[in-house]
Amino acid sequence: MSWITARRRHPAAGYLVVAFVLVLVGMAYAVITGGSASASSPVSANSAQVAQGRNLFLEDCATCHGMFAQGVNGQAPGLIGVGAAAVDFQVSTGRMPAAKLGAENPRKPPRLTPSQTRAVAAYIQSLGGGPPIPSAAQVSTYGANVGLGQQLFVANCAACHNFVGAGGALTNGKYAPALTQSTPTQIYEAMLTGPEAMPVFNDLTVTPQEKRDIIAYVTQVRAEPNPGGFSLGRVGPATEGLVAFLGLLFFMVLAALWITAKHGKAHE
Amino acid sequence: MSVERALEGVGTFLDDRLHGARGVRVLLRKVFPDHWSFLLGEIILYSFIILLLTGTFLTLWFQPSMTDVIYHGSYIPLRGVRMSEAYASTLNISFDVRGGLLMREIHHWAADLFMAAIMAHMIRVFFTGAYRKPREINWLIGIVLFTLGMFEGLFGYSLPDDLLSGAGLRITEGILQSLPIVGTYLAFFLFGGPFPGHEIIPRLYILHVLVIPGLILALVTVHLFLMFHQKHTQMPGKGRTNTNVVGSPMYPYFMAKTGAFFFFTFAALALAATFAQINPIWLYGPYNPVAMSAGSQPDFYMGALEGSLRMFPAWQWVMFGHTWAFNVFVPALLPLGIIFGGAAIWPFLEQWITGDRSEHHLNDRPRNAPTRTALGIAMITFYGVLWAEGANDIIANHLDISLYLTTWIARVAWLVAPILAYIITKRICLGLQRKDRHLLEHGVETGIIRQLPGGEFIEETRPVDEEALAVLTSRSELPPLPSLEAAEGEVPPPGMRGALGKVRERLYNVVTESVPLPESHGNGHGNGHALEAVGADEHGQGSLPAGTGTEQRGGQDQH
Repeated sequence: MSWITARRRHPAAGYLVVAFVLVLVGMAYAVITGGSASASSPVSANSAQVAQGRNLFLEDCATCHGMFAQGVNGQAPGLIGVGAAAVDFQVSTGRMPAAKLGAENPRKPPRLTPSQTRAVAAYIQSLGGGPPIPSAAQVSTYGANVGLGQQLFVANCAACHNFVGAGGALTNGKYAPALTQSTPTQIYEAMLTGPEAMPVFNDLTVTPQEKRDIIAYVTQVRAEPNPGGFSLGRVGPATEGLVAFLGLLFFMVLAALWITAKHGKAHE
Repeated sequence: MSVERALEGVGTFLDDRLHGARGVRVLLRKVFPDHWSFLLGEIILYSFIILLLTGTFLTLWFQPSMTDVIYHGSYIPLRGVRMSEAYASTLNISFDVRGGLLMREIHHWAADLFMAAIMAHMIRVFFTGAYRKPREINWLIGIVLFTLGMFEGLFGYSLPDDLLSGAGLRITEGILQSLPIVGTYLAFFLFGGPFPGHEIIPRLYILHVLVIPGLILALVTVHLFLMFHQKHTQMPGKGRTNTNVVGSPMYPYFMAKTGAFFFFTFAALALAATFAQINPIWLYGPYNPVAMSAGSQPDFYMGALEGSLRMFPAWQWVMFGHTWAFNVFVPALLPLGIIFGGAAIWPFLEQWITGDRSEHHLNDRPRNAPTRTALGIAMITFYGVLWAEGANDIIANHLDISLYLTTWIARVAWLVAPILAYIITKRICLGLQRKDRHLLEHGVETGIIRQLPGGEFIEETRPVDEEALAVLTSRSELPPLPSLEAAEGEVPPPGMRGALGKVRERLYNVVTESVPLPESHGNGHGNGHALEAVGADEHGQGSLPAGTGTEQRGGQDQH
């Protein structure tokens, strides 16, 4: 105890206590919210999981999608036949359950845990099939061709998502989201199911191998450092022009003000 | 000692043969007025010098060729990808040439600063009326330089043959093609066949590194020579008149300042190039005619053109056996035509309206020319709306506004906002003039309240000091309109007859609208200091701040 007594009035003591409590709170939060689950395992649809999924569906989804996932006209589409991949994409990105009806459902922290998400996915899968959740091997970028992925991305995706997946505006308030947080599974599922305004890129248009190349490009490029300095958002010359005016020209005007404010001492 | 004598010997040797001493002495004593806004033009000059230096460095490694190659350089993600030699060599400069990326970035930031400073310089010259006689030719040269700078920039960022620059070239081709009748031929001439072909990069290269920089260099020289010959304008102030120049002599003050300013420019560009990434062509990827990225923008100086293209409705009709792409050539030519054409015509239009043929070396304060200032702000607003619309998808995406809404806002704003800007600016200018008049009539408030023996409270004011007085009373005297001089019932002079005369009279009244100065300024307490006394005051050098010099204007220099 004397060790603590001697040091409790040390200038750093207060900061240490705050840091310690912050770590404690963080750990408690992680335990309570269930933490992050391991990579999604393929759906093994047993009847107990389907029953749990049905209960969750009735709690969180049926208000808009109908009691039997048949859809409600003008409100929400039917989910029979959309497949587990669509459910996993929408629920794991937090887009579903939607907070409100709008042009575009934004990404937000998921409401259901990964196991609950798989349960709902299993329930929807049991209603009428559809694309299943891709396995870890299917979305693995091991040995994928990043260069080919870049070309495929630019040809198929960049028109909406921008050249590095920074996102872009679409018509009528819709937008193509930034791909900065998307997991490989979510990217694969999005290509497979075409959520919101996105078209479906089925295995004939973009083969499973090409999908892995695209995933490799997206995950690689967003982790890639910017050798030229701060990235300025990687959205093209618009932000560069802003920096040219607010940074460069502003700095030069300050320099001009400073230089002309200097007066020489009397000479002659 | 011996060093001094040796230097003297060299000096004498040179002067005996070149007779330069007298000229150099004149040059060293040349006076430059001091005002921060006069340095905006120097930013342009110094960025241009840095552009030439870094550009020369880049030419040592850049390959202006559209030959297909497979990339095997250091940038791993693009290894094994087919691309043009131009793109591969730009990757090479960025990742394999020592200092190459820094040079590329300094070059690009310098181009941005060059254009930004041109805009700022042009705005300064316009608002202070520094384009007036005898400087109209320099104003016109400036407009040509601005236009050349736009093309130089466009051709420059098209050279790396990346996805974004290819998109820019596609728009260039589209605009050429949209020109009625001759368009398709022009596009074929430029590209040497159908888009993109194999000719465009070598052609743009020679335009970018030789033809346009040569033109710019020649015009900059003429621009500077004219400025030197006509002497710089000056801001109104004590002892500054239309017939003298007050400022620092070239040596040592101006040289030290302008030399330091070069290093400021270089430092700013080096910092920007180090800390802010510009044009990351490795992220865009090689150009592919079937691909396009969201948020594709031109560099900012082409943004207004992009905006007017995005905003214009899709009007395109087939008439007389030709396709008339109004949706492209009207927005490509009209808005920038209004801005550049308007800027070019304005000095002469203003002269015609006011009938003012005299020389002006003393700048106007923007408030003292309310109509000109208002017109300028209206033009900036007009340009600004188009410019913002050029990045409407970025704005829509990041501010969560619907994309179509931004287009409709721009479609309304490009007409309405300039008019509002004109009205508001003019009111502000006239309000500021009233404030000046108030100062002249009542003096400066001292914050002292005095009670008179009779019990009355008065607020003490003191007259404005001489420096402020010279600024406040500086106005360009405009000649009266001939017809207003003529008595009622007389025949108006030739220039004022007919419909054109009526128009001129009406415009004259608009352009000269101003709050008049008080007859004799006084200070509210009747010390009777007449206004004219300051205007006619010829201060000698002794009463000016230390380190300043004066120079007389006129046909002959007084050295």
